[in-house]
Parts: sequence; C-alpha cells; structure tokens
Amino acid sequence: MADASFGFSTLQMGELAIGKHVHYILSVEKKKDSFESVVMDHLRMNGAYWGLTTLDLLGKLDSVNADEVLSWIMTCQHESGGFSGNIGHDPHILYTLSAVQVLALFNKLDVLDIDKVATYITGLQNEDGSFSGDMWGEVDTRFSYIAICCLSILCCLDKINVEKAVSYILSCKNLDGGFGCTPGGESHAGQIFCCVGALAITGSLHHVDKDLLGWWLCERQVKSGGLNGRPEKLPDVCYSWWVLSSLIMIDRVHWIDKEKLVKFILDCQDLENGGISDRPDDAVDVFHTYFGVAGLSLLEYPGLKAIDPAYALPVDVVNRIFFG
Amino acid sequence: MESSEDDGGEPLSRLAEWRDVTPLPQDDGPNPVAPIAYKEEFRETMDYFRAIYKADERSPRALRLTRRAIHLNPGNYTVWHFRRLVLEPLNSDLDEELDFIQRIANSNSKNYQLWHHRRWVVERLGTNVRAKELHLIKSILSLDAKNYHAWSHRQWVLQALGGWEDELDYCQQLLEEDIFNNSAWNQRYFVVTRSPFLGGLTAMRASEVRYTVEAILANPNNECPWRYLRGLYKDDIESLVNNHEISSVCLKPCQEFRDAVVALWTSDSLPLDPDLATAICGILEHVDSMRASYWIWRKNKLPVAA
Repeated sequence: MADASFGFSTLQMGELAIGKHVHYILSVEKKKDSFESVVMDHLRMNGAYWGLTTLDLLGKLDSVNADEVLSWIMTCQHESGGFSGNIGHDPHILYTLSAVQVLALFNKLDVLDIDKVATYITGLQNEDGSFSGDMWGEVDTRFSYIAICCLSILCCLDKINVEKAVSYILSCKNLDGGFGCTPGGESHAGQIFCCVGALAITGSLHHVDKDLLGWWLCERQVKSGGLNGRPEKLPDVCYSWWVLSSLIMIDRVHWIDKEKLVKFILDCQDLENGGISDRPDDAVDVFHTYFGVAGLSLLEYPGLKAIDPAYALPVDVVNRIFFG
Repeated sequence: MESSEDDGGEPLSRLAEWRDVTPLPQDDGPNPVAPIAYKEEFRETMDYFRAIYKADERSPRALRLTRRAIHLNPGNYTVWHFRRLVLEPLNSDLDEELDFIQRIANSNSKNYQLWHHRRWVVERLGTNVRAKELHLIKSILSLDAKNYHAWSHRQWVLQALGGWEDELDYCQQLLEEDIFNNSAWNQRYFVVTRSPFLGGLTAMRASEVRYTVEAILANPNNECPWRYLRGLYKDDIESLVNNHEISSVCLKPCQEFRDAVVALWTSDSLPLDPDLATAICGILEHVDSMRASYWIWRKNKLPVAA
C-alpha cells in the first residue's frame, strides 16, 4: 500500500504483487534450461492463454507484441481447422480453444475462418453427444466444455447437436451432485467446472441440483482457507478457479469464506520473483499464476479486471464478443 | 525389434545410424514471440524427431526415437501420436508396449497422454490382457489410491473387457485400508449399479445400507458414507426418510455430538434450540464458520417444529 507520508510503498504480506507477476510471466519463456520451458513446448498454446489472460486481468496486455503472438497462433492452425499446441505438433481441441480465446483477448477473432474451426470441432462430436479430444478418440467432459465454449465464442453453437451434448454431460452427474470425466467417474472440481460451464453456456443449468452441488463445492474449503478438488485431498490454488467459478455459476459463492480464500491465494505468491504456486512455499508456474489471479478476480480483489466464470475470459472481452 | 532397455543417451549426432538424417530445428514462426531456450539433449532429440515426423518415417529407429523423446518429455502428445502411427505397420509387440508405458507411468502416473496410449494398446490386445491390466492398475492405486486417471482407466477396462467379479471385494479392501477414500466409495457405487453379476441397485440396497451405516457409526465425521447412503436411495429419497431404523441410527452420532457441544455451549444470549436439527445448524454456524452462510440457509430450510 502506498504510504504517502514516507514517500515509498511497502508491500506487505497479504497483497497482490502485480508488478512481480507481470515480470514473471514476460520472462518465463526466456529462462534457459528451465524445466518449465522444456515441458511447455507442446502446450505453448495453453501457456499463451494462461499468461496473456493473466496479463489482461492485471491490465498489462499491451506489454506483449500482439502481431507476433497472432502470427504464431495462425501458424499453429492445421488443414483440419484445429490448432496445435505449438508449431510442428498435431491439432487438438485443447489448443483450439486456447487459440480462439487468445484471439478474443486481442479482439482478432475476425482473422479466423470460423467455418473451418467449427468444422473441426463438429467433427469431434460422437454419437452419444460426447466429444473426443482429437482423431485418436479420447473422450472426457473437459472436451464437451471446450467444444461448447469455443463454438459459443465463435457464435456458431448451433453447429453441434447441443441436446445430445447436454444429455451426455448429464449422464456424468453423480449422486453427490457433482460431475466426473465420463459416466460413473468420480466427482472432481475440474470436471465439475467443465460440466457446469458447458451447462451454463447452453442455458441448461436448471438440470443442476444447485443446493446439493453447492454444498459439495463449499465443503472443498479447508482450514487454511484454500480449496481442494475432492474430499480428503490437499488444497491447491487451481481449485480457487474451478470450485469458485462453479459456485458463482450456480449462485452459491456466499457459502464459502471468501476472505480466507483470498488470504490463501496471496500466501501462494513468490513475492521475490513473481508467480503463484499450488500451495504456499512451493515452486511457481504460469498455470497456477493464472488460476490464482483469476480466482482473485472472481473474489473481486481490487485492481483486477472482472473475469467471466463460464468463458474464463475478461468480462469486457466476453461483452465485446456478444454485444459488439 | 525394439530394445527393451533405454538407449545409452548418446547424442544422436554421434550415432552412425542417424547419419543420413538432417535434424530440423524448432520453427518458431515468422516472428518468434520468445524462442524457448532448451536443454541440449532435449533440443537434439526433438530436432531429429521433427525430421522423422516431417518425413513420416515409420521405421524401427523412428520407434526408438519416440521412446527417447517420451522419456525426455512424456507430456509431448505429438510424439505419442506418432509412436502409434509407427507401432502399427511395424507389427510391434504390444505386450512389450504395455511394459514400456508402465515404466514411464512409474514417474508420470498423472499424464493424460500415457493413459490414453495405454487404452489404445489394450483395445488392440483385448480380453487377453484384462487380468494383467486390472492388476497393474491396482499396483498404481497402491501407491496413490486416488489417482483419477487410474480409476478412469479401470472403469473403462471393466466396461470394455469385463472382470467385474472381484471388484466389490477390491473396493472393500481399499475401504478397509482407508475408509475416507472417496474414489473407492465412488467405485463401490459404480460396481453396485453396473456390475452384471450383482443385480443392480435395488437388489443390493439392503446389504449396502448395512455396510454404509456401519461406516457412518465408525466415523461419523467421514463425509463419504453419508453421501453414499443418500445415493443408495437415488430417486427414492422418501424411503430413506421414512425408514425409522436408519434414521435413528443416523441420529445417534448427532445426538452424541450434540451432548458434547451442549457441554461446551457458552452463549447465554443464544439459548440452544430444543429442536435437534435447528440446534445442530446453530452450532455449526459457529463451529464451522467458514460455511456459516450455508448453515444459516440450511437452518431456515428446516420445517418449523410443531
């Protein structure tokens, strides 16, 4: 907090080190020999989404060269219309959503041949309404969310069989009100975010037992104030997004202690080098930095842009897509 | 035939076998955003992989190269894809492939690509590997009984290849080891509702209720059996509520809990509500203050005591 009487600002524990995190994100890909850069090669598209969305939430999207990012993204598009994680990789629905989301951040959706992308995604829907990740056929409700979110951003949701997509998602609903990756799969906060998000976007939230699921979700908050993803597991900053956005989408976020969660997220910061980790004192990465900042945005932490819980994009970006 | 041992890690540029290949460096596009700086071994392996991938070379050495690349970065999904493309025409020994995947899984048990590749291999081997597969998943779960990928794979194996006979016993065993294991409870429900040998939920309900109530009494603070009990009466919650035997058993821990808290209740301005449910919600509002809003809402939802 800036202290006018002393003429300098002191960053106390319990504050978001915005400048440090911006610096961390901008420098992460340049670190030589870092484990992170080695393993991120194939999912660079996801990394771009996490890093750039965080920068936008922090009001610093203009720190990057948009043209360079955009030309790299388009080089990752394949004949099929899908995008790969990086140049020289195969297309996959995961990276297709991230590519579209980053284009949306920069207000450049018009560079896309929308039919081409839509054809790729439509081709991944299966008979039972589920979606495969790519031509190799892995099925997971994550991909249902991705397909629905992506096509909704491109304003062509009607190209898939929405009814079947919804009924598949509902077939993954469990006795605790939550959702798993496939029918019968254990309820997991990440899968719940995907299913609730997809149901929200398709106007199908009335199928969710909000009280039952809301309770399951609020029980994710542990003593430290952090959130876990399943009963009896450790808290992790990424659940600050998945659990929190789900609670917001079903209007039950008041059932957790928001202040304690804010404190948990802030405790996961590396105040010296920037970045946020999964839990206090662990190593930071871009993934958790994004989820921590996005979670704080949902908690209305001051100084951050608002983020849409279903589209996982800044609200002004979503408004621009749907309202021009 | 691919060696079952990993290669010695020799730089590929020094191996005679690779002399005819020109490695392709990473193409970061016309305007590299920020060229990623790589470790040398990783860089070299991927440069050779890119050359093979571009040439679509489906040879034994290509297979060995994908193994090397996977060891360096098992998250690289393109390498796994290409490995599948190479395995097929080479008529490779898929049982050996399962062993290879298992070795990678030892230090990467939460890798999506690995599990999906495993499923692809098992699909081709069929019911012959069912027992081996179920056994292998058990060994992974013995290290991490909540590994989401392992459980998802296990459910797929059961549905695709069978092997349900011992599954309820397996859940029983896991719950004996850790009654708080939510994944094991979930699997129990999966087996009870889907096993072709057990007759379905209605047939199993009585015995499952007995088991669950025992679990509740042993550890009333375990959220799993409480939710499970509710799940046993899916679509028929009236039967649960009207079953006095179960209700009284379930109320027992609440009663004991309440007695303990009454002794600790120090508020004079807020007298303890005589209605048990309302009293408990009132207590939880203070004792579980993180969820105070939930307990207030819950209390307000209760039917007014006569």
